[in-house]
Amino acid sequence: MRKLALSDEILLSVEKPARYIGGEVNMVVKNPKDVDIRFCICFPDVYEIGMSHLGIQIIYDILNRRDDTWCERVYSPWVDLDKLMRERDIPLFALESQEPVRNFDFLGFTLQYEMCYTNILQVLELSKIPVFAKDRTADDPIVIGGGPCTYNPEPIADFFDIFYIGEFESGYEEILDIYKECKKNGMTRREYLERVSQLEGIYVPSFYDVEYNDDGTIKSYRKNYDKAPDKVRKQIEMKLDEAYYPVKPLVPFVKVTQDRVVLEIQRGCIRGCRFCQAGMIYRPTRERDVEYLKKCAYEMLKSTGHEEISLSSLSSSDYSQLKELVYFLIDEFGSKGINISLPSLRIDAFSLDVMGKVQDIRKSSITFAPEAGTQRLRDVINKGLTEDSILNGAREAFQNGWNRVKLYFMMGLPEETDEDVEGIAVLADKIAGVYYEMPKERRQGKVNVVASTSFFVPKPFTPFQWCAMDTPEEYIRKQRLLKGSINRQPHGNCIKYSWHDAELSVLEGVFARGDRRLCNVIYDAYKAGCMYDSWSEYFDYGKWLDAFEKNGISISFYTCRERQEDEVFPWDIIDAGVSKPFLLREYRRAISGKTTPNCREMCFNCGAKQFGGGVCFIEREAVYEGKD
Amino acid sequence: MKARIKFQKYGAMKFIGHLDVMRYFQKAFRRAGYDIEYTQGFNPHQVMSFASPLGLGLTSDAEYVDIGLKSCEDPEIMVGSINEALPDDREHGKKESAMSLVSAADYLVSLKDGYEMELQGGIYGNGSMEGNFGERLYGSLEDYGILHDKFRRAFERFYSQPNIIINKKTKKNEMMVDIKPMICFTAFDETEYRKKLSGNLADFRRTESSGSYSVNAESKADVYENKIRVYMQLAAGSAVNLKPEQVMESFCAASGISYNPFAWQVHRLEIYTRDEETKKLIPLDRFL
Repeated sequence: MRKLALSDEILLSVEKPARYIGGEVNMVVKNPKDVDIRFCICFPDVYEIGMSHLGIQIIYDILNRRDDTWCERVYSPWVDLDKLMRERDIPLFALESQEPVRNFDFLGFTLQYEMCYTNILQVLELSKIPVFAKDRTADDPIVIGGGPCTYNPEPIADFFDIFYIGEFESGYEEILDIYKECKKNGMTRREYLERVSQLEGIYVPSFYDVEYNDDGTIKSYRKNYDKAPDKVRKQIEMKLDEAYYPVKPLVPFVKVTQDRVVLEIQRGCIRGCRFCQAGMIYRPTRERDVEYLKKCAYEMLKSTGHEEISLSSLSSSDYSQLKELVYFLIDEFGSKGINISLPSLRIDAFSLDVMGKVQDIRKSSITFAPEAGTQRLRDVINKGLTEDSILNGAREAFQNGWNRVKLYFMMGLPEETDEDVEGIAVLADKIAGVYYEMPKERRQGKVNVVASTSFFVPKPFTPFQWCAMDTPEEYIRKQRLLKGSINRQPHGNCIKYSWHDAELSVLEGVFARGDRRLCNVIYDAYKAGCMYDSWSEYFDYGKWLDAFEKNGISISFYTCRERQEDEVFPWDIIDAGVSKPFLLREYRRAISGKTTPNCREMCFNCGAKQFGGGVCFIEREAVYEGKD
Repeated sequence: MKARIKFQKYGAMKFIGHLDVMRYFQKAFRRAGYDIEYTQGFNPHQVMSFASPLGLGLTSDAEYVDIGLKSCEDPEIMVGSINEALPDDREHGKKESAMSLVSAADYLVSLKDGYEMELQGGIYGNGSMEGNFGERLYGSLEDYGILHDKFRRAFERFYSQPNIIINKKTKKNEMMVDIKPMICFTAFDETEYRKKLSGNLADFRRTESSGSYSVNAESKADVYENKIRVYMQLAAGSAVNLKPEQVMESFCAASGISYNPFAWQVHRLEIYTRDEETKKLIPLDRFL
């Protein structure tokens, strides 16, 4: 039997001890003596969130395929255990071996959202690894970060030795091979970083010094190691159709957020919504082979015993083999008690047919994400969803028995006017109206429309990276405006409005486009007790404000300032494939309300073609000439 | 048809709560390829029922789950496939049977190593029981043999009371209950336990019918160096149910020991139903 790092007494006094014992189905155990590299991968949030993440499962599987490497996992201890570990001086341990994380060769963090940054510091500190990279010695693991937040890693640059920019499948081998060689030859940490910085996709932040202008903007990035690259180009897996997929994912004991088989059907998105970072940084769109996916579905259900399978992609409806795949899943597994869940589907005849087969219509709702209330603003953000298609989709759903609709919007979008805000209420009302067009005998009770708004946060590598964000006061004013407007609608009593708080989005806005000067703010906020910031019960805005003040840093400099077109961005060091001229072109088209066709309709020369595959190379009727 | 599965729960699995154990088995049955019966509707779930939920932190040699099957193979093959679907080396026996009512359960409660000091107050020193134990013992705590005797005497004295009243708290209220009648017997070593147990058992013979297959599994109860432990048979089931933790809490209070729930490892040995004619006990895996 495995020896656990924590005593019975501790495990029985914390919530959900299963978070800390490992031993899950499909866990990989190796003999430490048989491997050269010990890699610990961390999702800096609580176990149930981290275990639901597909990326970790992919990395875990890939790394453990190497005979010379043992990849283990660690997650943020929940606040109850965090306290006990500090009181009793217990070092943080990996789940598989239950050995201290500090003894590992690598500690890798996946960075999925900005509000996990303080939890990175928690994991480092509990592991007894120096929080700042500059203080680490030969006894500490190499701390490496990856994931979407690394497209602007600057606010956490001081805490990491290395950032890996891109998709893990394509570039991990050399990172490990070089490490092994360095370790064997007794080379120093610095020598390893120098060598690994020569690989594509690797960003060693300590090799660059930042100079600032008097107005606080960035003047330049100056290399302090000559051979460090001028630009770090993202790495992506171009053979996705046949790329390895983890068919034996870990199956946790406790119910986690994503308690199901997740089948990634494609990467990237053809749509080009201008607010969406994922739609830009994961370009070009690449599909997985449908026959391969069928095989994976079968094997994964067999190896996990899960009772549900879900398709994962940014826009499932755009997967060219969707019908074939979905009907296969229903025919093959529907009768065996397997639920099939289909997120991010456009509402049309096909999706309604499928949903009618796999869910209880009375209990489920249909979802639209118009993101903006008027057609004018939807054109600004290039959300190719028209009012007609929403109303027709809703009509068809109502006729098939649905009576619940969820609507997702963003507030604070560039060029937004009060008319656009009230347009949200008008659209929600029109949808409710469509329901009451039906004769009474066909209706299933009252219609229920839920409209929710989130606060728009401009992100790097999107056409809106130059934009100012609304102030929280303005956002709250718009919330009130909308609330009043909904109440005045004829069907206002059928519409429920829910909204996100502004404060968390403000911080997200700071870190999304922030620079290195924020590292100390994050450190001070953490030291003051900030942790689990994405959990509303632990989010303490006051402590954050103190940390900004202490460091003399203005929040509005990062959020509410419109950038000049030629401003040097903290993330300019990274080449995400989409070019700055393309993004600027898209920004200008946005201001003038011009839409841009999707990748299948026309190539707009965004830059992703350089990767040599995917949707960039399909046959099209029209070609963009480079003029607007 | 229904099938009854007996399983052991030990090691790190003791930290998995009952609801998660249910989910764990649902997935394990799918991995094992069992032809499970599902309820109808849009949210079908497996037809399964556990004899008696085991609390968090407890281990057991005899847990039972009844499942509904649409078809089944040779029991030996089915036991093999479920064992393969469970990652740790857990052994299982399986029997076909109908649902039954749980009536009693056997437990082994052991003091975990490193917690010997916990007993000091009552058995050694200043507690209320001091006088009854005769001379104080100033010797080394490593002298488990003597400590074991003291523990036994204290427990026997506790059990010899005509009534053992505890304050039983439920979600709604609390009330005073005499748990003495719910304790069938106690014992302090395995021989004594086996002897007392055999007196309570019905005269059954192992049924080697085609519908039954079992693996002779060794007990997975943790063994501690201090050997301070007590066996007890307690009333169990939906009508009257006594938890071994409640007995230990009451014992500690009566013996002047502060009760530390982490000091005691509770291990379930068996679950029984009662034969209606003879009023004797039958282990669930022998009940057809």
